[in-house]
Amino acid sequence: MTWDNEFALSILPDLLGGLWVTIQATMAAIVIALALGLVVAVIRYLRIPVLSAVFGFYVQFVRGTPLLVQAFAAFYILPDYGIVLSPLITGIIVLGVNYSSYTAEVYRSGIEDVGKGQWEAATALSLPVRPTWTRIVLPQAVRSIVPMLGNYWIQMFKDSAILSLITMNELLNVAQTIGSSEFRYLEPLTIVGILFLAVSYPAAVLIRRLERRLAITS
Amino acid sequence: MSERASDVMISFENVDKSWGDNHVLKHLNFHVEPAEKVSIIGASGSGKTTILRILMTLEHPDEGVVTVDGDELWNVVRGRRIRRESKQMKLTRRKIGMVFQQFNLFPHLTAIENVMEAPVQVLGMSKDEAHERAKGLLDMVGLDKHLDHKPHRLSGGQQQRVAIARAMAMRPKVLLLDEVTSALDPELIGEVLNVIRDLATSTDMTMLMVTHEMRFAEEISDRVVMFDNGTAIEQGPPEQVLRAPENERTRRFLHAVLEH
Repeated sequence: MTWDNEFALSILPDLLGGLWVTIQATMAAIVIALALGLVVAVIRYLRIPVLSAVFGFYVQFVRGTPLLVQAFAAFYILPDYGIVLSPLITGIIVLGVNYSSYTAEVYRSGIEDVGKGQWEAATALSLPVRPTWTRIVLPQAVRSIVPMLGNYWIQMFKDSAILSLITMNELLNVAQTIGSSEFRYLEPLTIVGILFLAVSYPAAVLIRRLERRLAITS
Repeated sequence: MSERASDVMISFENVDKSWGDNHVLKHLNFHVEPAEKVSIIGASGSGKTTILRILMTLEHPDEGVVTVDGDELWNVVRGRRIRRESKQMKLTRRKIGMVFQQFNLFPHLTAIENVMEAPVQVLGMSKDEAHERAKGLLDMVGLDKHLDHKPHRLSGGQQQRVAIARAMAMRPKVLLLDEVTSALDPELIGEVLNVIRDLATSTDMTMLMVTHEMRFAEEISDRVVMFDNGTAIEQGPPEQVLRAPENERTRRFLHAVLEH
């Protein structure tokens, strides 16, 4: 099989459409992972009886089971309980929840890195709990973990391809549809690889820059 | 009781504190008058820093009553569960400020943001007003040219002066100074002591400091308290405690400290 330029160009618009779905789904899932992970991390850090243990189990459970199994469970089992969501929404939620267990651990390491003296200074200034977290602890915690979070963002972008298996109409799914109807996989799958790389490489560079800009010594 | 409030700013009544087997405060009774400048001296581990940390609510006593300016800060009955942050404690705590040995500035904020943070967040002051006052305070500690510098760009002495301005921004009635020059290079100690000296002579703030700077303690204190093994073993005017101590352990401590 030789590369067919004309065919490649003809399928490019559809594949770019799939890439756009992949990017949107990844972004939405990142928002879920960041928000949910933060809630889980703070509750675990506060050592609230029962609740902290429940969230500890949540992290172990989500991390200990494959993303694909979680996606299948959400896609095939939830409708039996009356929860019917589109493949796109299901995929976004599964990816976001899955990665929230990783971001929670990253946040936790960031929070634990903030020195005891910072908490004591906040107490000495009578800062209430909320501003102590939002203005003193978390801004410092987030700065130190941006590189780790950034790596997870790129990993989420790549892992979103798994969601093609629950019929989410993202990049890989589009390529497979083209491949099976045209009986040509070389061009669509090659372009998929190139498109993934074309996004993830610049993203990695941007994250490195963000890391430098956020450094406390800047 | 209300009569007492006028002549006592800080009061410890029967305060006990242990860390495991280490009894750091033993039935401590200790009082400080309004506007009084008191220095606490003693070997490390003698419980002197614990006094400051209990006042700042960074530690809780195992037992005893602590009041500040007539208001209750701690009232702990042994064995009963401590509600770490009662409403009364939070209100009383606002009358107290503290400067730490390690400065503990907020590293992600500039000097002026460090000073503005609590007035804006706690007192609800407008940003403009807080900025104006913070500028005045940083000017007072000689840092008017470093308003927008983050802590990592400042020397240890400069950082500690920002920390003093930050504590002063809450207009405390009581200022606690916990070995504030111990982490500084020798050549930077003077600039910090000068700022504290200015505060001591120009304000009627009550000041309680733990220090190893004996000459400085002698110069600015109304009273020096020698701590040993969880109790105040000797106290009085600085010239008496530091020049003519009566207690043998005070004598030995001063001898050891003044050796080098």
